[in-house]
Amino acid sequence: MAIRHKHDVVIVGSGLAGLRAAVEAAGRCDVALVSKVFPTRSHSGAAQGGIAASLGNEEPDSWEWHMFDTVKGGDYLTDQDAAEVLARDAPRAIYELEHMGVPFNRNPDGTIAQRAFGGHTRNFGEAPVKRACYAADRTGRVILDTLYGQSVQKGIRVYPELSVMDLVVTDGAVRGVVAYEWATGELHLFHAKAVLVATGGFGKVFKTTSNCFANTGDGAHMVFRHGFPLQDMEFIQFHPTGIYGLGVLISEAARGEGGILRNRDGERFMERYAPTIKDLAARDVVSRAIMSEVREGRGIGGRDFVHLDLTHLGKDRLEERLSDISSFVRIYLGIDPATQPIPVQPTCHYMMGGIPTDVDGRVLDAAGNPVPGLYAAGECACVSVHGANRLGCNSLLDLVVFGRRTGRRILEDVSDLSFTEAGGEALEACRERIGRLKERRSGERAARLRQRMQQEMMEHCGVYRTARGLEKALGLIRGLQEECRTRLVLDYKGDRYNTDLMEALELESLLGLAEVMLLAAQKRTESRGAHYREDFPERDDAAWLCHSLVYRDGDRVRYATRPVSITRFQPKPRVY
Amino acid sequence: MELTFRIYRFDPERDSEPHYRTYQVEAEPGERILDCLNRIKWEQDGSLSFRMSCGHGVCGSDAVRLNGRCALACQKLVQDYEGEPEIVVEPLPSFRVLKDLVVDLEPFFEKVNWVRPYLLAGEGDPEKERLQDPSERKKLDQVIRCILCACCMGSCPVVGVNEGFLGPAPLVWAFRYIFDTRDREKEDRLQKVDTEDGAWGCRNHFECTRVCPKEIPVTKSINFIKREIEKVLRS
Ligand SMILES: Cc1cc2nc3c(=O)[nH]c(=O)nc-3n(C[C@H](O)[C@H](O)[C@H](O)COP(=O)(O)OP(=O)(O)OC[C@H]3O[C@@H](n4cnc5c(N)ncnc54)[C@H](O)[C@@H]3O)c2cc1C
Ligand code: SF4
Ligand code: SF4
Ligand code: FES
Repeated sequence: MAIRHKHDVVIVGSGLAGLRAAVEAAGRCDVALVSKVFPTRSHSGAAQGGIAASLGNEEPDSWEWHMFDTVKGGDYLTDQDAAEVLARDAPRAIYELEHMGVPFNRNPDGTIAQRAFGGHTRNFGEAPVKRACYAADRTGRVILDTLYGQSVQKGIRVYPELSVMDLVVTDGAVRGVVAYEWATGELHLFHAKAVLVATGGFGKVFKTTSNCFANTGDGAHMVFRHGFPLQDMEFIQFHPTGIYGLGVLISEAARGEGGILRNRDGERFMERYAPTIKDLAARDVVSRAIMSEVREGRGIGGRDFVHLDLTHLGKDRLEERLSDISSFVRIYLGIDPATQPIPVQPTCHYMMGGIPTDVDGRVLDAAGNPVPGLYAAGECACVSVHGANRLGCNSLLDLVVFGRRTGRRILEDVSDLSFTEAGGEALEACRERIGRLKERRSGERAARLRQRMQQEMMEHCGVYRTARGLEKALGLIRGLQEECRTRLVLDYKGDRYNTDLMEALELESLLGLAEVMLLAAQKRTESRGAHYREDFPERDDAAWLCHSLVYRDGDRVRYATRPVSITRFQPKPRVY
Repeated sequence: MELTFRIYRFDPERDSEPHYRTYQVEAEPGERILDCLNRIKWEQDGSLSFRMSCGHGVCGSDAVRLNGRCALACQKLVQDYEGEPEIVVEPLPSFRVLKDLVVDLEPFFEKVNWVRPYLLAGEGDPEKERLQDPSERKKLDQVIRCILCACCMGSCPVVGVNEGFLGPAPLVWAFRYIFDTRDREKEDRLQKVDTEDGAWGCRNHFECTRVCPKEIPVTKSINFIKREIEKVLRS
């Protein structure tokens, strides 16, 4: 038995990318949102700092500068045709959000306020520019709430607390999804003409992360299992300022507002690593600087963290513009940021890689052709506008720009696509997968296996990587996958909110993606953006100015490359 | 330090009635109560169900009752309960329990949706942004912190006895649009909540304000709505 549904479009994930696409397509075709968590609880709501657009409300700015910063920030792995779409469309996207009701902070003249952010500069790298539009340090939350409101107004059908377990694929086309309902334990089969995967990031592969528990990459892994490629999976962003020990993010807005990183001697060490824009250099640069300070014994008290100093900003500014992060610091560390520096260390934050798409969200197969009926948007997708390293404030922008474009493209395509009755096999496979897990009497719990994976990935696939470390981690991850197949056991076998089962299913996604990350990191024998190989510390454009693809072909995993789109900016050494 | 957790358990598939189970957990003073619940689930009893996601007070998933007070498990630390003999964890009151600490939130979201949580700015958007004075925008500073966790609903004594009462969080959302100077439906919005089950249902107990994890002045906001009703609709 399964509950069957039929919708023209099924959108998997109700973060900003999924919601934006849904709002675009709703009213003109039948759209359903299927999401593991309630829409307002998606991780987009955790975004703090801002959303980038060259409005020029505070000082001169232009989309070309924004595009250049995006390309340079991505260490020239960014596809420039896509970056152009992003930067050109940004002002329109912000005005649209404002019209929808987003409560941005304002300037005295009533226009949207803007602030500085890492890597965003004036005149091709001269000095920081105020490009980030924000609502205090709750920017993602208010945009998510606004788009949720739009979805309510449009009466979009939401299926909350259902996890999609698999895609229905026949003859190379995607025709629906199978989902598991947490409240009841029932399986649902959704027939659809088009499926949009918008399941967000997968920072939970790592021990220290700013990501939420739901960010387990189910969508990306599902696509991979069906033999479609994942692109640029070695590029994983470690944000420089996670709260020490916890990984909870302290937004770059803190440095945008004037915050300074200091080592044990109180030195503003970023002056040595990025003389021009210092603390506001791209994230990979700042994270490596922190790790070097720590390695050279200049962490605070010789330990593995540095200080983020906001004490000179004053209580009022902290209260007005950084109130949430001030409260995180008070709650979790018992520190008042107005009087004491904050201990920080890099935390896994964002996946530059993911499901390859064109600029309209169509998923591309290994040969570069669109997969009929399959779309992807948001952090799980790789357009690629972020290249080897994403700039702050460019993700929220990516979500609304490409979420909208994908919604539009689906509307265009949907009349040429059709429903099928297919899905019985996928449904049975999901039922068996759950059945196997529930039958097993003894073995290892998901939490234990996950912990080992997270520890290993942190150690060997983090800010610094080496051939030896990656090899070792790959061995361990494959061992864990085997254990997962043969020994994973549930402590609870019931049907009501079985979070034990949820974590077991998620672990399969996490381990699958960890393997892909390691493989891609092993192959790329150069250092670029967030991917830093100690054994190959230089960028090597001759050999590696290309995207990586990893995909399954039967039982084998294959590796391929794809050229980067270069239109306006020829690769140059990257200094800040 | 070692802590004793007494947790409300109810599995409608198996139990005819709810009961409590006790667990011992080893934890550091700076750890979150959510970390302790996870440790229980991961190491001792996989059948324990609760919602969580962000882990730092922004998604609103893990509202529960801790020693009688509604709170987010991810925002309370072990040290906050120092000296207490045990930590009793229960689902949010006034909600139907689906399993253990998981409650049925459908009626809550329905109420939020009922206040029309979207801007109604009339026809014809300008080419660029609408202008808004910073002082006007500032009126929304506190209410836009709401994360829809429902802690306030669980602790409101009126919600407890009158299911029909709109309740604090939906009223916070009503405030969010009533006082947004870009909205054109203010009167209509005020009329909608000008009822005994709307703004006037609130009896000023301040329980909601006391528990709100985002420190929103909930009661005060409701009183602003009442005053605005008097001003706009009665004068
Ligand atoms: C702490 C933090 C701060 C950030 N700050 C900024 C910032 O200031 N500016 C910026 O530009 N970017 C920022 N980012 C990055 C940005 O917020 C994220 O990249 C972005 O929100 C991802 O959005 P999304 O729509 O792709 O996915 P999400 O918002 O993560 O949503 C994913 C959705 O998929 C659903 N889902 C997952 N798996 C399944 C499944 N199996 N079945 C059904 N549904 C599923 C989830 O329920 C959820 O609804 C920040 C990120 C973090 C973590
Ligand atoms: S008002 Fe406060 S307690 Fe109520 S739902 Fe919003 S954040 Fe939670
Ligand atoms: S102040 Fe009003 S809404 Fe808040 S708890 Fe009291 S009665 Fe309920
Ligand atoms: S887990 Fe998100 S608020 Fe606690």
